[in-house]
Formats: sequence, structure tokens, C-alpha cells
Amino acid sequence: MATDRFDAVVVGAGPAGSTAALVLARAGRRVALIERGPFPGSKNMYGGVLYGRILDDLIPRWWEQIPVQRWVTRRATMVLTPTQSLTIDFRNQAWGAPPYNGCTILRPDFDAWLAGKAVDAGAHLITSTTATGLLRDSQRRIVGVATDRPDGDLPASLVIACDGVNSFLAKEAGLYHHAGPEHFTLGAKEVLSLPRDEIDRRFGLTGDDGADFEIVGATGDVAGGGFVYTNADTISIGVVLHLPGLARQSRRPEELIADLKAHPSIAPLVEGADLKEYSAHLIPEGGYDAMPEIVTDGMLVAGDAAGLCLAAGIWLEGVNFAIGSGAAAGRTAVEAIAAGDTSAAGLAGYRRRLDNSFVLQDHKKLRGAPGLVLSDRVQRAYPQVACDVLEQMFTVSNPSPKIGAGRLAYRSLRAANVRLRDAARDAWTAVRTFG
Amino acid sequence: MTERLPDMAFEDRMATVDFRVAPDAHITVDGDRCRGCSTRACVTACPANLFVPTADGGILFNYEQCFECGTCYLVCDTEGAITWRYPEGGHGVVFRHS
Repeated sequence: MATDRFDAVVVGAGPAGSTAALVLARAGRRVALIERGPFPGSKNMYGGVLYGRILDDLIPRWWEQIPVQRWVTRRATMVLTPTQSLTIDFRNQAWGAPPYNGCTILRPDFDAWLAGKAVDAGAHLITSTTATGLLRDSQRRIVGVATDRPDGDLPASLVIACDGVNSFLAKEAGLYHHAGPEHFTLGAKEVLSLPRDEIDRRFGLTGDDGADFEIVGATGDVAGGGFVYTNADTISIGVVLHLPGLARQSRRPEELIADLKAHPSIAPLVEGADLKEYSAHLIPEGGYDAMPEIVTDGMLVAGDAAGLCLAAGIWLEGVNFAIGSGAAAGRTAVEAIAAGDTSAAGLAGYRRRLDNSFVLQDHKKLRGAPGLVLSDRVQRAYPQVACDVLEQMFTVSNPSPKIGAGRLAYRSLRAANVRLRDAARDAWTAVRTFG
Repeated sequence: MTERLPDMAFEDRMATVDFRVAPDAHITVDGDRCRGCSTRACVTACPANLFVPTADGGILFNYEQCFECGTCYLVCDTEGAITWRYPEGGHGVVFRHS
């Protein structure tokens, strides 16, 4: 292990950590990027799409380099009941050309590529090394991390904790005040093998085009959601499960995936495809109000460790916030190290940077989304109401005359035991949150 | 949703995942505390199915095929029953296709 003191130690070579290390290394700073897995990305999985425009400034023409699976040109939101489905299916061929919108990636490929950029810029990547705790000086200021390597202490002017959703470093520093299960969901995913042309045929795709379906109403008694998206020659399908609901009932994550795969609208997409890899990971889904503190004396927190992730129904984003917060942490660190002040006051620019960027502006705007999206009405009642209204509108029940949509909606809400005033309040919350 | 049994045996499902098993367990379960637990949330919630209830009311636990997700300690409402840290560097789960 290197004994020369580092300017900064970045813990975790995921998108947040590698971006922070890249920014520091480009500024000529000595930066260690430590990763507990044997290679960057080996501990990571995700549920869908990378929105890459955040890379425009950091890596010009990134789209010519990243290990992309497919460019998403078809984006659908599905609402399921056990026997019905309603889909808003949007296709945009402009998303299949530069600068693109979203793409599917495999995290072991993408994370290793981004960490490679930090290494090319001069960062010291140290893999197979777990940070076991914080180093502190006599004033209890954080002055580096301890690792599980022999003689593995890494002293530094500054630590950037990008150690993921469980962030033991942020917890050890006392920054977490909302660490209960209600702020987390479990993502469980199957990667299924299918020949590329068969995926193209089933999802209506050509060339490098890809599809991403986000699903509500697919998780039985557990609040959450589902997803299906295409990689080059695999399909990823999975569920996202709110931990309190998962803990309360008796069905296991892989059983809920099996239910989703058996739904009449999903089964034809995945039929006959063999499991290539099963995976699971936690998601920090509490939003703005559940975030930990992200600045303390000698340390910044970024990415999942900072609770930065939007699971707001129609928007599902995380890797972009990790990159955005990692870049802001890196830039703040460069300034603080140059000024010789890595105290909380010297690092306060990090919070201001995030406040002024999409990272916290999106989180603030959507702070009401987790409560709404995970509510029983959005999870179960409204999917049933929407599907029932459409079923009755499209069922020709001659000789009975047609019934208007308003009356059908009223009847379906009543049948689903939704009070009109609750529906009105949810509509107002939705307008305020998403409008 | 129609309730289905998964289309493959659980051990075959886990055989698709690469694990570099560490010599030491990174999770410890205090069986005495588990005996007083009626919710057993870990048994249902762990995506790797690592927690198995025993006839005497305890929990049998295996750390070797752990995804290192953290679900078990978050859903556990018995203080101190599950102690959890990351495995030794270079060990544990290695995702390749996710």
C-alpha cells in the first residue's frame, strides 16, 4: 500500500466515486480510489437506464466510447392488474442518434470504463480493498480511512464516501438520521439470454435501438414496481420492493419476479429465455427528505451513499445523480485542498453546487413523489380503476347503451373503495409534484 | 397477479451468480435473539434465501451466497440479532451481467 499521503481518498469505484476521482486527478491531485470488489462494478447492479448527458462536460463524445448495450428509443409505462394491462408506449427515433437520451449498460462494463477514465487521468485505483472505518485526529476530524489490507490505513486531507446505499462510512460519521427500512427498496433482477434478433422481434426494435418498460401494479401485496428492458442479447426483468411491505408478507422476491414473468402482457416477451444471472441490490428511495447530511469535517458523501436516487414513478434515475454528485464533490474537493481548508466550512460549496444543479433541484421538486408512488392507492387502487374504466369503455355491452367515462370512473373509484376527496388530493399532489 | 412458483430450483438460480467466498463470515446472526422473534422478516425478504428457520425456533444462516444488499439488517426488528459488514476486500459476490 502506498505510504505517501494522498490529497483525497475516494471510497467506492462506482459512478460517483470514479467521477470524483476523475475530477481530482485532472486537477493534478493525488487521489486514491478504493474499491472492495475485484474490479469496479462487480458489486453493482441497477434497474434500467443510464441517462448520459451529465457526461457531456466530463467526457466529450462519451457516446462513442461507453460500453453501451442499446440506445433506448422505446419507453413504456405499464399499469398492471392480475389480468389487465394499460400501457403508454412512446417511441422516439431521435433518441437513437447523438447526443442520445438513455442507454442500457451492464454495470461491470460501465463502471470499469468510468473508473478507467479516472485511472487514465492519474487516479490510483486500489481494488479488492474494503474500507473498514474512518481515521480521525485528536480533534475527531476525519483524516482518512482504515482498510482491511495489512498496513492499510490511508491518511488524506479529505475522504469522499461513495460507498453505496449502505454507506457504513456516512453512518460511522453520524450523518444518517433516516436509516429505517421505510426509506429503502430492494431491487431483484433476472438477466435472461435471448438471441439478439429474437429480442428485436419481440420488442419491435432494429439495430442498436432498445426498449425500457417501467411497471406499476406488478408486485402483489408489496408496494413497489417492476421493469423490463433490453440489452444487446439479454433481457433484464425485475421488481423493486418497498422493504416494510416485503417484510410484512410471505412471498419472496424471486416469486414476485415469477408472477411478473407470468403476466399475459409480459410472458410473451420473456418466454423460453434462460436465466443468465440473478442479482439484487438496495435502492435509496426515500428522496430529498430522507437524505443524510453530506458534508462534515474532512468528508463529503455522494451517490447512493448520499441517498441520491429518484424512483418517482415516471422518472427512475440514479447513475446520473451519482455522476453529478461525484463531479460536484470532486470540484469542491479540488478547491478546498487548494485553499488548505477541508473543514465542513471549507467544503460547504458542495451543498451549494448540488442545490444549484439538477441533482438537488430534481430531488426537491419530487420530494413528495416517494410517498405518493408507494401509497396503497397508487399501487393498487388506481391501476385497478384505470384498467376497469378502459375495460368498460371498450366492452360493447349491447343492448345496454354506452356509459360516459366520467360516470365509469366514479363507479370504479367507488368499487375500489377510493374516496373522491382522497383521489382529488392525490391528483393535486401529483400535479404539484410532477407538474 | 397470478401467484406462480419460480420456474427453477433456487440452487440453480444462485448457481448463475459468481461468489468468491471469504474465509470469515461477514454476517453474524445471534440465534438466541432470533428465538424470540415472531416476524422472521429476514426469511422472506433475503433475495438470496440465506435465512432458514429451524424446528427449535432459531435461524440457520449461510453467508456464502450473499448479495451484500443489506436487506436483512434493515428489515430485522430484533435489536442486535443481525450484525452486518462488508466482506473482506476482493471476496463475496461478483456480478458480471447485471
